[in-house]
Amino acid sequence: MRNCINRLVLFFTTCFTALTAHATPGINMPYGVSTISHEIYDLHMACFYICCVIGAIVFGVLLYSLIVFRKSTGAKSAHFHEHLWVEIIWTTIPFLILVALAVPATIVLQHIHNTDQSKLTVKITGYQWKWRYEYLDQGISFFSILSTPQAQINNQAPKDEWYLLEVDHPLVVPVNTKVRLLVTADDVIHAWWVPELGVKQDAIPGFINENWFYVTKPGTYRGQCGELCGVNHGFMPIVVQAVSQEDFAKWVSAHRTAMKAPEKLQPMTQSQLLTLGKKEYEKNCAMCHQNNGTGLPPTFPPLKRSRIVAGPVAANIPFVLQGVPGTAMQAFGEQLDDTTIAAIITYTRNSWGNDVINIRHNNAIVVQPSDVAAARQKLKS
Amino acid sequence: MSEAIAHSHDHAHDHHDDHHGPEKGFKRWLFTTNHKDIGTLYLTFSLIMFFVSGAMALIIRTELFEPGKVLINPEFFNQMTTMHGLIMVFGVIMPAMAGLANWLIPMMIGAPDMALPRLNNWSFWLLPFAFTMLMSTTLMSGPAPDFGWTFYAPLSTTYGPKSTDFFIFSIHMMGASSILAALNIVVTIFNMRAPGMTWMRMPMFVWSWLVTAFLLLAVMPVLAGCVTMMLMDRHFHTSFFNAAGGGDPLLFQHVFWFFGHPEVYILILPGFGVISEIIPTFARKKLFGYHAMVYATVLIAVVGFVVWMHHMFTTGAPIAAQLYFMYATMLVAVPTGIKVFNWLATLFKGSITFETPMLFALGFLVMFTLGGFSGLMLALVPSDYQYRDSYFVVAHFHYVLVSGSLFTIIAAVYYWLPKWTGHMYNEKLGQIHFWLSVIGMNLTFLPMHFLGLAGMPRRVPDYPLQFTDFNQICTVGAFIFGFSQLIFLYVILKSCFTKAKPNATPEVWEGAHGLEWTLPSPVPYHTFETIPVVHHQQP
Repeated sequence: MRNCINRLVLFFTTCFTALTAHATPGINMPYGVSTISHEIYDLHMACFYICCVIGAIVFGVLLYSLIVFRKSTGAKSAHFHEHLWVEIIWTTIPFLILVALAVPATIVLQHIHNTDQSKLTVKITGYQWKWRYEYLDQGISFFSILSTPQAQINNQAPKDEWYLLEVDHPLVVPVNTKVRLLVTADDVIHAWWVPELGVKQDAIPGFINENWFYVTKPGTYRGQCGELCGVNHGFMPIVVQAVSQEDFAKWVSAHRTAMKAPEKLQPMTQSQLLTLGKKEYEKNCAMCHQNNGTGLPPTFPPLKRSRIVAGPVAANIPFVLQGVPGTAMQAFGEQLDDTTIAAIITYTRNSWGNDVINIRHNNAIVVQPSDVAAARQKLKS
Repeated sequence: MSEAIAHSHDHAHDHHDDHHGPEKGFKRWLFTTNHKDIGTLYLTFSLIMFFVSGAMALIIRTELFEPGKVLINPEFFNQMTTMHGLIMVFGVIMPAMAGLANWLIPMMIGAPDMALPRLNNWSFWLLPFAFTMLMSTTLMSGPAPDFGWTFYAPLSTTYGPKSTDFFIFSIHMMGASSILAALNIVVTIFNMRAPGMTWMRMPMFVWSWLVTAFLLLAVMPVLAGCVTMMLMDRHFHTSFFNAAGGGDPLLFQHVFWFFGHPEVYILILPGFGVISEIIPTFARKKLFGYHAMVYATVLIAVVGFVVWMHHMFTTGAPIAAQLYFMYATMLVAVPTGIKVFNWLATLFKGSITFETPMLFALGFLVMFTLGGFSGLMLALVPSDYQYRDSYFVVAHFHYVLVSGSLFTIIAAVYYWLPKWTGHMYNEKLGQIHFWLSVIGMNLTFLPMHFLGLAGMPRRVPDYPLQFTDFNQICTVGAFIFGFSQLIFLYVILKSCFTKAKPNATPEVWEGAHGLEWTLPSPVPYHTFETIPVVHHQQP
């Protein structure tokens, strides 16, 4: 008897927790802010309630049998062991329930696949471990990287509210607009997932997958990479800012002007470069090469006493610009401007004892933005 | 479930055993061709791997106890998730099921041994070498395989660590081992059944394993092909999976899941067989709908071949493919439902007692059904867009693999342990083990549903603050579950190594029927040297 009571308690706690699920935030799938996320949510809840009903019947019969037909209360076993009609019934009824579920699922799926009449197209490319957003008709393109400081990840600083869900440049989209997404990847498979938009789309190298969303409410919506993509899979969040259509137009023109303006290559002092370099290094490089430059060998080589960083600058700059194909060391020339690259290279050439080696071998320890621009020109020609 | 008409097993040939008894020392285990010894080897291997891989799970759960770095770096975390998955699937569940098959199938069909005893020896002894090779990668310089147990290309090819090649060869060896074991089981069941043991008199466990063996024969070569293509891509300049060379990263997923989906039925079908043996025993009532059960098992296996793409709904598949695979996947619920309903009908109007094997069987019944529900939810493509690669999926497959496959294995061990060793296990400890396992298992995996729905991706070493509470519950549950398995270990060791006189009767359980229960407990080293004759199915 005690066993049965325990089982009963367990079952009802399970059901209760599950049933109250949608009332409390953070327990159920979000209702979301896009038309598709609403449809998915409704389908999800419909299926959940159907499962609850089936569960109540199945577990009800089970409980009844376990309580009533116990040997200890003198139950004698019956002898029946086959019944064709019963088998037919419990084959047919589940089948009909499945058909009833398949119909709405098919309808929602058709909506998901309908990317017609979209007003804005954004190409999303997954990289190890960042996202690139390209507004194909607006000519805007930028990278989006985790902006949670390493110190918070390593428990050296208190964690922000949006720990691991904050990026430097969010994807900005207008509300009440059908936005088409073209999703692909540059290296390994990633997945672009924002629960509140009801979108998860694998980003696969060599393929361009389509999806879309129509956000109805302005706000900031967050998600994460949904497919294991290497060491820092947990550290490539997605932030989408949905703004009014006027604000979006303003954002586009501001961004365009900024992108069109040629980069000003002003000479900088060493300390300016070092300050900027430290900040940018921690954002762009530290995930692999670590804050202290020791890397995670052999996958991520150390920069401390590295032959590249503590070597001739003429090899160092092209190395950063071009990267190493087939590894997580990307061609940063496409991703960062000359000033940032100069600052990062200066910072790495001065840190972790590299400056001592560089000075001893008469290697430059300060790299100016103009040096990077020159190296870029040379690589082009 | 068939009953022998006696005269096969009495003590008449006890003196015989003196000549044909086991060798002494390690040679007994190294050179054995005895199905019982090989069964024991498989089960022991599986038990060791269970604790190794369980320890890895606890490392994972410790790292996830709170946000931020706790114990290990992300690189090691990925190695742990990969190893945990690979070892649990290939090193724990599959060998345990093979061990049960070796022990039980000959005794259940009235055969003196497996059909191919030397092959049997080899198919086991491939495993320790395969796993030594796999686990040695954790000691190598550079990361061990760190791309998840699904090892998607190009993460495992172009971007895979050097140790991937050791992983590839160990998969080859495991595959060879499984193919040989499956081959042996098929040949045994086809050729070695006692007179009168017709197809439709075979115990459900034998039926389930027969179907499973065919699944293994069909899909293990596909897995071997898959890893061979990886090897070619990595070292021989082919581009099967490399988009830059004209290949197709999605081809990998198709090939992998064409193996992978039947594989999950390989993991669960023998368990269904175990449950179909245990529930009738403790309900003291014949299994309801034997024929329907057999057909349902075959149907699950057949449908299992044509649903693989439901693991790939978010890869940008065309709508026609998604619709077909959604409908086909939903159909799996029908035969699975038939099984659950038949077990319920077996319990209905029975005369039920709650010994440990029965408790685990009932725990299986409840929680596997819950896992089936989340499986149905996952089958719906639109919702799947939200569930895929989240903790919801992790919760789903642990409900069907831990409280599914693993619980059936534990139930089977408790059920047949007195037959194997001659000693009843400690019932009190068994019951404690069950309740701690159920509580631990639900604390661990129930909150994962909520985490996944709220948006936590799987395989992340760190997570946003909003997921903290549930993750802490999961970790506590995991430690309860993990450490309660030490009770299981103690119970097994005690039954195996106790010096006391054997205390189990041949029948062991009041309601047990079937050829294996006609043999004495502990079972003699050689059984059914005189082939029994079966006249009818169990009453």
